Amino acid sequence: MAERRTVFPGVVLPLLLVAPQLLLTAVFFLWPAGQAIWSSMTRQDAFGLRSEFVGGENFSDLFSDPLYLDSVVRTAGFCVAVAVLAMGVALLLAVFTDREIRGRGVYRTLLIWPYAIAPAMAAVLWILVLHPQVGLLGRWLNRHGFAWDYKLRDGQAMSVVILASAWKQVSYDFIFFVAGLQAIPRSVVEAARMDGARGWRRFRTITLPLLAPTTFFLLVVNLVYAAFETFGTIQALTGGGPGKATETLVVKVYRDGVVNLDLGSSSAQSVVLMVAVVLLTMVQFRFLGRRNAD
Amino acid sequence: MKRRDLMSAAAALSAMPFAARAQGAVTKVTFWHSMSAALGEEVNRMCAGFNTSQGAVEITPVFKGSYPETLTAAIAAWRAGQAPHLVQMFEVGTGSMLAAGPAVKQAWELAKETGIEIDPQRYIPAVRGYYSLPDGRLASTPFNSSTPMMWYNKDAFEKAGLDPAKPPVTWDEVVKATQAIKSKAAAPIASTSSWFSWIQFETYGAMHDLPFATKENGFAGLDTQLEINKPAYVKQLSRILEMSKEGLFKYTGRDNAPDPLMISGQSAISFNSSGMRGDMVKSAKFAWAEAFLPYDQEITQSPLNSIIGGASLWAMTAPNRSVAEYKGVAAFLNYLSQPAQDEAWHERTGYVAVTPAGFEKARADGFYRENPGADLPIEQLARGTMTPSSKGLRLGRMPEIRNIIYEEVEKAFQGQQTAQAALDSAVARGNRVLRDFERQNKA
Amino acid sequence: MRTDWVAHTVLLLGVALFALPLWLVIAGSTQSADAIARGELSLVPDPAGLGVYWDVLVHGSRGSNPVWRMLMVSFGMAMTIAVGKIVISVLSAYAIAFFRWPCKSLAFGVIFLTLMLPVEVRIIPTFSVMAGLGLINTFTGLTVPLIASATATLLFRQVFLAVPDELVEAARMDGAGPLRFLRDILLPVSAANLAALFVILFVYGWNQYLWPLLVATDPKLDTVVIGIVKMIGAETAVEWNRAMATAVLALVPPVAVVVLMQRWFVKGLSESDK
Repeated sequence: MAERRTVFPGVVLPLLLVAPQLLLTAVFFLWPAGQAIWSSMTRQDAFGLRSEFVGGENFSDLFSDPLYLDSVVRTAGFCVAVAVLAMGVALLLAVFTDREIRGRGVYRTLLIWPYAIAPAMAAVLWILVLHPQVGLLGRWLNRHGFAWDYKLRDGQAMSVVILASAWKQVSYDFIFFVAGLQAIPRSVVEAARMDGARGWRRFRTITLPLLAPTTFFLLVVNLVYAAFETFGTIQALTGGGPGKATETLVVKVYRDGVVNLDLGSSSAQSVVLMVAVVLLTMVQFRFLGRRNAD
Repeated sequence: MKRRDLMSAAAALSAMPFAARAQGAVTKVTFWHSMSAALGEEVNRMCAGFNTSQGAVEITPVFKGSYPETLTAAIAAWRAGQAPHLVQMFEVGTGSMLAAGPAVKQAWELAKETGIEIDPQRYIPAVRGYYSLPDGRLASTPFNSSTPMMWYNKDAFEKAGLDPAKPPVTWDEVVKATQAIKSKAAAPIASTSSWFSWIQFETYGAMHDLPFATKENGFAGLDTQLEINKPAYVKQLSRILEMSKEGLFKYTGRDNAPDPLMISGQSAISFNSSGMRGDMVKSAKFAWAEAFLPYDQEITQSPLNSIIGGASLWAMTAPNRSVAEYKGVAAFLNYLSQPAQDEAWHERTGYVAVTPAGFEKARADGFYRENPGADLPIEQLARGTMTPSSKGLRLGRMPEIRNIIYEEVEKAFQGQQTAQAALDSAVARGNRVLRDFERQNKA
Repeated sequence: MRTDWVAHTVLLLGVALFALPLWLVIAGSTQSADAIARGELSLVPDPAGLGVYWDVLVHGSRGSNPVWRMLMVSFGMAMTIAVGKIVISVLSAYAIAFFRWPCKSLAFGVIFLTLMLPVEVRIIPTFSVMAGLGLINTFTGLTVPLIASATATLLFRQVFLAVPDELVEAARMDGAGPLRFLRDILLPVSAANLAALFVILFVYGWNQYLWPLLVATDPKLDTVVIGIVKMIGAETAVEWNRAMATAVLALVPPVAVVVLMQRWFVKGLSESDK
């Protein structure tokens, strides 16, 4: 790993300085992770009174359960939809903010503030817009003959959670795209313009490729966001329903672990998720040369 | 296992105040419940009443959130050695609590150890049956019980040309009534139902003496299997699906989400808990009444009792919990079951009186004269002779099973599957949960 | 500068996309709950309804705690997490960047590992660890597990690695020890990053949902975000105006932090190699 040329001498001091983090990591990461792996190989009752070691049975049950596989596919689709939607809108807004227009700073502020909104709050706000009886748009749809009730119709429920989740993420993506666009040297853009390349062509051949590192970084971040941090949004909007229409993997872990008190299965699901995130993060760091922590 | 014991002991030691058990000191007892708002105030009132009625025990009620949240909290607390003395647990959590072994002290055990009587015979059969062991010993103490009823909008009935004083009694009559309501557009929604599983399957099964599950609905063993894909249940679901297709019934959500539709007058007929009475009295701006649930006259001519919903009270254990504390709990449970207390709770909250004595007292005090229809829930609960199929349910992880039923039924309402397919699927998935529970709890 | 109509249109639509729900919530908070439930939510606020803010601060909504209490819990949680995480991360990053010591790579690897385990993945086992330690339903339990992760450590390490050698040599020649260097030189130089991280972590702590939901079973420890979801989750007889007023109150602190510290925040977020 990278090292400084100039350092301070001493061993005791750094050990003391790093101790708090290591301690917290041991207690709140390593121990629970170890517990999760252990629990995933047991079958126990809710009170923890009886526990039976079953090896990989929870995992084989999981992978042979069509409902789990449904959830995996559903989560994958959800994540991709959220990432594409959030990044697409953010890129569009960033490109136009990048132009020489009046009030650019104001626009930026007005597009950055939503970063502060909690995913659960995003759900609450969208309930006020889309609720079939109370929401402004929801009512309007029902009044004009469209049977709108996302609490009862699968497809509508999924659309709503995708919308609310992507909406929340646009600000974050916007900030990075703006920075990414600003990092593109003006000279390159000017040269392309003088070569006669029109707006869209310039965008496609110059801007997009130069934005690739940012785009890739954001893609991974968005996928992880959609997979995990959207719990609050989904829980507040649909609770995973109707049926299982919006039950993503993290909602399922919660449902099985906390509501249904099936600790063995939800631990196994957590372990699977852990492995998935580790792989994704490793991919991210391996392919982002400059951002490589090694 | 050993490490967990050590840890919980350490946590318990550090958490418990080092209060000396001095002679004459007041015994403090905590009571976790899920009664919010007005109901919570009633709980507070009852506890305050108990505290002032004697000086040896002080009970402190704590509102812990919804029923599932309270269950999770209780389990976590027990694992840390900090369980409350008494916890209110919803009826569908009974199976899980019974399997909790040493974590709970069942009512009969509590009575035996403390010498304070908790008499099962004091409670009405339909209520105590749900919370007893097969041999009649009481496992948890009944507290707030409701039962489903049929509610109807009298104004809408008149508009539809129906007699508001004669509500439909059988399902065929319900179908005819909804047809009249629809044809005269007497209400935006002809009929709907809250708690679809509880009312249209669980209670339906009890009333018609149809087993919901084998082994006496789970009372007689953990190796129980669901029976709700049998013809009678399929007929019930098909009937309602037909009604839905013809615009005579609208599925409007799970649990009590459909309640506002009845209260606001949008639905002419609705199947909801008897506990909705309070809200109806307060907010309904039209003439209304409650009636017995309809039955299918082709299956039976004399429907049995309906089953209860609501919750009961469980005593929990903790390391170093003293006999004095358990005595305090038993004394409180005793206090709650006295006629005066039972009557007050029933009249103020809309839950049924769980003791015949309380019911009689309410009648003697003229409560039912002033509130016609408020005695129907209890009558429906006490109707007929209880059979193994009308005792209620005892299935582990019942909340999960209810959710499964909701999911399958919702798919059927969206036209994605037939009634038979929905119930077959529900049975398959539900049985898997039951087998899991059985394996998890093999002693 | 020719007015770029296309850009303005697109950007105004973008701004409206975010401003509209917010406006709706502000307007709705002043209207009557019954009217809203009946479906009469309008975009026009009713100045007479402003009293709901005070009402909800003091009384909360049906079945919930007073909102001032929930705001305090949220604030305490956000500050504890932000400050705690910054302190711990700065110290660790400093130890890793400015010293050489045995097993450093191993320690760094362990810390790095935590990046890959968002709290949602480890909720159940962390919950049972907390239960075993008796930390359920305590403020400690709410905050400490969230302080442990490594994003800030990695960020500061990158920053510290890039600090010019001349600064260190000058400090050494002045006779300054490592701790003085940290306090007098390194922290001021990293001020922008500290500010950026504060914004990120404050918002992160304030907006937590799943963890507090699990750990704080006593409604007294409800954060304001959880309080709002509970208010609306009831479905039956939601006091809409109060819920909305609470939502507005819940948004003020994090939005204020983001907007006021915007410059540092954006700079710190996008320029440092995250």
